[in-house]
Amino acid sequence: MALPLPKPIRNALEVRANEHVGLLAEFSDPGALHDAVVDLRKRGYTRLDTFSPFPIHGMDRAMGLPVSKLAFLVFGGALVGLFAGFLLQWWTSEVDYPINISNKPLFAVESSVPIMFELTILFSALTAIGGMLALNGLPKPYDPLFYSKRFDRVTDDAFFLHVGQADAEFERGKTVRDLFGLGALGVEFVNHSGATDLSQSGEPLDTDAPVLATPPHTGGQI
Amino acid sequence: MATVTSKNAYGHSPAGEPVTGPQLVGGDGSSMKTLEEAPLVSGNLSFHDITEMVSVHTEKKTPAAWYAAFGVALAFLGVFGFTIAFLLFNGPGIWGLNNPVFWGLAIVNFVFWVGIGHAGTLISAVLFLFRQKWRTSINRAAEAMTLFAVACALVFPGIHIGRVWVAYWMFPVPNQMAMWPNFKSPLIWDVFAVSIYGTVSLLFWYVGLIPDLGTLRDRAVRQGRMLRAKIFGFLSLGWTGSNRHWRHYERAYLILAGLATPLVLSVHSVVSFDFATSLIPGWHTTIFPPYFVAGAIFSGFAMVVTLLVVARKVYDLKNLITIEHLEKMNIIILVTGSIVGFAYITEFFIAWYSGNEYERFAFINRATGPYWWAYWTMMSCNLIFPQLFWKKSFRRSIPIMFAISITTNIGMWFERFVITVTSLHRDFLPSSWDYYTPTFWDWSLFAGSFGLFFTLFLLFLRFVPMVAIAEVKGVLPQADPHFYGGHGDGHGDGHGHGDGHEHVEVTTPAAAEPAGPDPMQASATSL
Repeated sequence: MALPLPKPIRNALEVRANEHVGLLAEFSDPGALHDAVVDLRKRGYTRLDTFSPFPIHGMDRAMGLPVSKLAFLVFGGALVGLFAGFLLQWWTSEVDYPINISNKPLFAVESSVPIMFELTILFSALTAIGGMLALNGLPKPYDPLFYSKRFDRVTDDAFFLHVGQADAEFERGKTVRDLFGLGALGVEFVNHSGATDLSQSGEPLDTDAPVLATPPHTGGQI
Repeated sequence: MATVTSKNAYGHSPAGEPVTGPQLVGGDGSSMKTLEEAPLVSGNLSFHDITEMVSVHTEKKTPAAWYAAFGVALAFLGVFGFTIAFLLFNGPGIWGLNNPVFWGLAIVNFVFWVGIGHAGTLISAVLFLFRQKWRTSINRAAEAMTLFAVACALVFPGIHIGRVWVAYWMFPVPNQMAMWPNFKSPLIWDVFAVSIYGTVSLLFWYVGLIPDLGTLRDRAVRQGRMLRAKIFGFLSLGWTGSNRHWRHYERAYLILAGLATPLVLSVHSVVSFDFATSLIPGWHTTIFPPYFVAGAIFSGFAMVVTLLVVARKVYDLKNLITIEHLEKMNIIILVTGSIVGFAYITEFFIAWYSGNEYERFAFINRATGPYWWAYWTMMSCNLIFPQLFWKKSFRRSIPIMFAISITTNIGMWFERFVITVTSLHRDFLPSSWDYYTPTFWDWSLFAGSFGLFFTLFLLFLRFVPMVAIAEVKGVLPQADPHFYGGHGDGHGDGHGHGDGHEHVEVTTPAAAEPAGPDPMQASATSL
């Protein structure tokens, strides 16, 4: 870790690393990608992200990501569900419409357990999915990475590494050389107006190549 | 100490050629053979091969055979719709229900479909928690099957209540007299359990689908099919495969699996409460919840085998859904079938042992009374036929497993028939005893529910990736960064612990260093 910053600030920086403006490098396989991340972090890069068709074992550790906080959210959801199940049954039978049957208690916890349990599960599951989407910032129909023509293989068999332009260590020529030095198959510069293939020296490879104005499937909605 | 050459848990070297019998070298220099697991995916497929194999079925021109099958399914769906309409016009009098037998085929079918709907979530949640990686090839189709089975099941409580216009009394809202439903009733628990089960299963299924929908989106972009790209772009929520996303995604998936596991066990338990909390001999037993759950898993796996045996052949997925997968499912069918059979025998024994003459009569009447044929169909299909799976060649024989999966579902349908009808038809007062015969409309409703099920399943096969592409890639040997060798650098970090595969340090005898000081380590890794 290059930046000796307090944890909340580092976490905030990680969130901002989601801003995908910077260099996008393709690597041949999960092993090369993993090694590249380890190496770049040693050189002080922090705003890194990797993209792969499946979660890569050990990548969280390589990127220095803490364990997801989702479980805490879900625990909150579970408590809400449990309490909602209790309240629904207690309030309806004890307060809103009490019916005295053979002078039995109006409300009993025992017979309320199944519905309390089911609502606990329901609220937890909804929180798990809603929380996952919120933490990931999804849905996110527009992403500058979609400009890259290579990048549509990320859900198939390609492995990418992104270095954010906002990174303190980011210096276009140097970073491109770093990436090629680590075995990148190709490096592109991606920003909000398109993606450009770069040569080993960091210059655009083909200046005549048309840059797409909008990612094709977002319909121009930016 | 044993030294390292690169090795992965699947018995392939990095170059891809199989390593036969990798050898551990013990402290004394002797070599030990390890037992190799069969690969989870056969045919030495690349990541791209898997994408291609699965995606292409949603992209190619619709095959004529699909239309034919869909037509048949739609015809049955039409029968379903017509029967329901006829029922709503005429009332439940069109069924064969009579005075002691107030619960007939509608309940039998409901329990039958809910039971089938257990396998999907069991495969996706319980096997996930147990790190059974073979589940990845079959979980998508099994979860889809679960959803459709639950959809079929939910139709029955909606229509069998007689007065359909007050179906909302099942929901937690006050009725026209400002009264609430009776939350102390297992029937209301059932509404909560099954509808929440359906909801959570749907969400779980969708979360699992997001990366694969992204795959279809990106393929559509490459193929220049923009409308398709937009639809899948919408559904995949802008998925990029970012590791920062995978981190939360995997955690969400784990949590959902942890939530779905008690849920799946609770659903059929609650369904069994519908029976067990009553005072009817033959229903009023504490064995019902576990026995219903085992039966549900049994029937659900049988349905998965039935469907996948056909689908893997038709869609040429034999490398993804291998005979190993089918064999493992058959083992689960054998185990759960034996549990169910044991429960049948136990309840018979307890009926005798209890000394309760009503209980005893109920069971002797099941086996020897007017419905003896249903009882013995159930016994032979559920207890006897699955025992064939003790033999390995039968477990791996497609015709035999297909036949047994069908008889299992017949047997499990009859189990519900036996429980529901035979317990009711001879009640406490012999003068009211009667015989229940399902009418044409009972049967057409049952047949029609298969129309709904297969219509939905065929739509699934046509439009949705039927194998979890991302998950299957993730269990390939080449998905592990260690597969590629050359990582000594600073992550000796406990990989290989707790992921179900030992991180074995393997060597060939020639490469072994002289006997190290730690023979225990080498022998421990060989276990």
